[in-house]
Amino acid sequence: MGKTIAQKIFDAHIIDDTYENAKIIKLDAVFAHEITTPPAIKDLETKGLDKVFDPNKIKVVIDHVTPSKDTRSAIQAKILRDWARRHKIKDFFDIGKNGVCHALFPEQGFVRPGYTIIMGDSHTCTHGAFGAFAFGVGTTALEVGILKGVVATSYPKSIKIVLKGQLENGVYAKDVILHIIHELTVNGATNRVIEFSGEVIDNFSMEERMTLTNMAIEAGATSGICAPDMKTVEYLWKYIKNDFNDKADALKEYSRWLPDADAKYEKEFEFDVSDWEPLITIKYSPDQSILAKDADIKIDQAYLGSCTNGRISDLRIAAGILKGQKIADHVRGILSPATPTVFKTALKEGLLEIFMDSGFVVTNPTCGACLGMSNGVLAPGEVAVSSTNRNFKGRMGKGGMVHLASPATVVASAIAGKIVDPRKYISSQEEGK
Amino acid sequence: MSNDDYIIKPKHAWIFGDHVNTDLIVPSEYLTENDPDIIVKHAFEGINPDFSKKVDNGDIIVAGRNFGCGSSREEAVFVIKELGISAVIAESFARIYFRNLINQGIPAITLKNATQIFGNMTKITINISDGIINCIDLNTRKRTTLKFKPLPEFIMKIIEAGGALNLIKTKVKEKI
Repeated sequence: MGKTIAQKIFDAHIIDDTYENAKIIKLDAVFAHEITTPPAIKDLETKGLDKVFDPNKIKVVIDHVTPSKDTRSAIQAKILRDWARRHKIKDFFDIGKNGVCHALFPEQGFVRPGYTIIMGDSHTCTHGAFGAFAFGVGTTALEVGILKGVVATSYPKSIKIVLKGQLENGVYAKDVILHIIHELTVNGATNRVIEFSGEVIDNFSMEERMTLTNMAIEAGATSGICAPDMKTVEYLWKYIKNDFNDKADALKEYSRWLPDADAKYEKEFEFDVSDWEPLITIKYSPDQSILAKDADIKIDQAYLGSCTNGRISDLRIAAGILKGQKIADHVRGILSPATPTVFKTALKEGLLEIFMDSGFVVTNPTCGACLGMSNGVLAPGEVAVSSTNRNFKGRMGKGGMVHLASPATVVASAIAGKIVDPRKYISSQEEGK
Repeated sequence: MSNDDYIIKPKHAWIFGDHVNTDLIVPSEYLTENDPDIIVKHAFEGINPDFSKKVDNGDIIVAGRNFGCGSSREEAVFVIKELGISAVIAESFARIYFRNLINQGIPAITLKNATQIFGNMTKITINISDGIINCIDLNTRKRTTLKFKPLPEFIMKIIEAGGALNLIKTKVKEKI
């Protein structure tokens, strides 16, 4: 019987199938950050098991609260830093080099088609954009991964989502994934991998694919995954060029991970995206959304950043709308480019100047505001429109409300002072050219 | 039922709704906390203030659909273990959370209409090994028996060992 992408990767990594329902698979990489890794490190130390399976396959970043904001976060950063040094982990990203893990690690070439990856972070599903099988785990599974380079997991079953049609101008990958989560609901894909395909995915850049796979977990999915293609090869080329004769050769090798024509899916959906419109979430669940044009919600803060939408293409779209505009007086605009490379590119292209002229503040790369830890925490009763991935109660600060949206909707709303459909802001800008 | 069966007798069943996420169980602001007691003190404060003061050792948590959705933070299981919760029964679990419960050695039981059933029950005895719940229905005052699908044998081994790491510790140490 045919196999899905995840099943092909899984089968190529099985090292023990003693148990009927759980199999042990070998890991190509273990990623680590300073929130979930320190408890694992401390526990391993306590148990006398302070070892790592392979320092070259462990990638480490301090990204959630950086630079440290208080003694507690400084201690967590220090635990991770000391551990990385102690075990001679060379790919360790601290102040000056650090950025949001799910933007930084792909950018560094750490994710390849066919890889198995775990991290103590639910948005690890992002890396499926490269045709990898990547998923979040808790402390215990992370400890085993660090120690032995393996993870126990059940055989992956997939849901296939085929996206057809052409996105209207002003509608983005973020709107697409919010639509899909709305259709699937927050537990519609629990214990399933979402395999994205179709002409929309083919046309998407790697960054847009990452926006999509990043939020697979918000439908409960183990991971989101896209088949590797020439765009995957192009993105990775500078890291893989010595491994292959040419790009066609690389593509041929990666094609082994493509799903079989007779692969079995638990469910299949086909959506035509052509009439989809910009969405925002309401309430405290990512599947609760309405059309941005119907929102009319006053905002206190507009946040652009995160592993969902803090990449250079997001900043370009946002700056295109902000150019020559001022954000509303009562709105606090916060831009946090996801990585130092995104930051530097935006600086070179003059994007940061556009953001600052419009009234935005630019912070260093960090996850901080997304989960209400630093750099943009809401006060009770305050409302934010945000390019992040979670709108849970209290997510960006106790008593605060978060409306998830695309980068275009975030900045257009910042200008309007309330949530708006970004399309009229895009067209008015184009008319002015 | 045999002498080796894993049996719990919770004093209370604490009932929660659908889609309780890990941010509600342990808010992000406590993730940098180095003192475990402080994390435990704030468990579930977003939906049931002072939960940590109210709960008794051996109690169970009963929830609706998709319990533990959201982040991977195992602190959201750690607090449950520290509070002495003896099992979590839900209509369904989020994947990572289910794994984290088992890895910490806490029985995670899936039961249809769990919140409705346990809303009316007292004097609960659960045989985790055999998948049998005995209790008294508050409406009819009659003894009731319910069945659920027992956890697979290898998962029961992890639970009986008090967690995955306890089970593999010896094995791993031998190999290093």
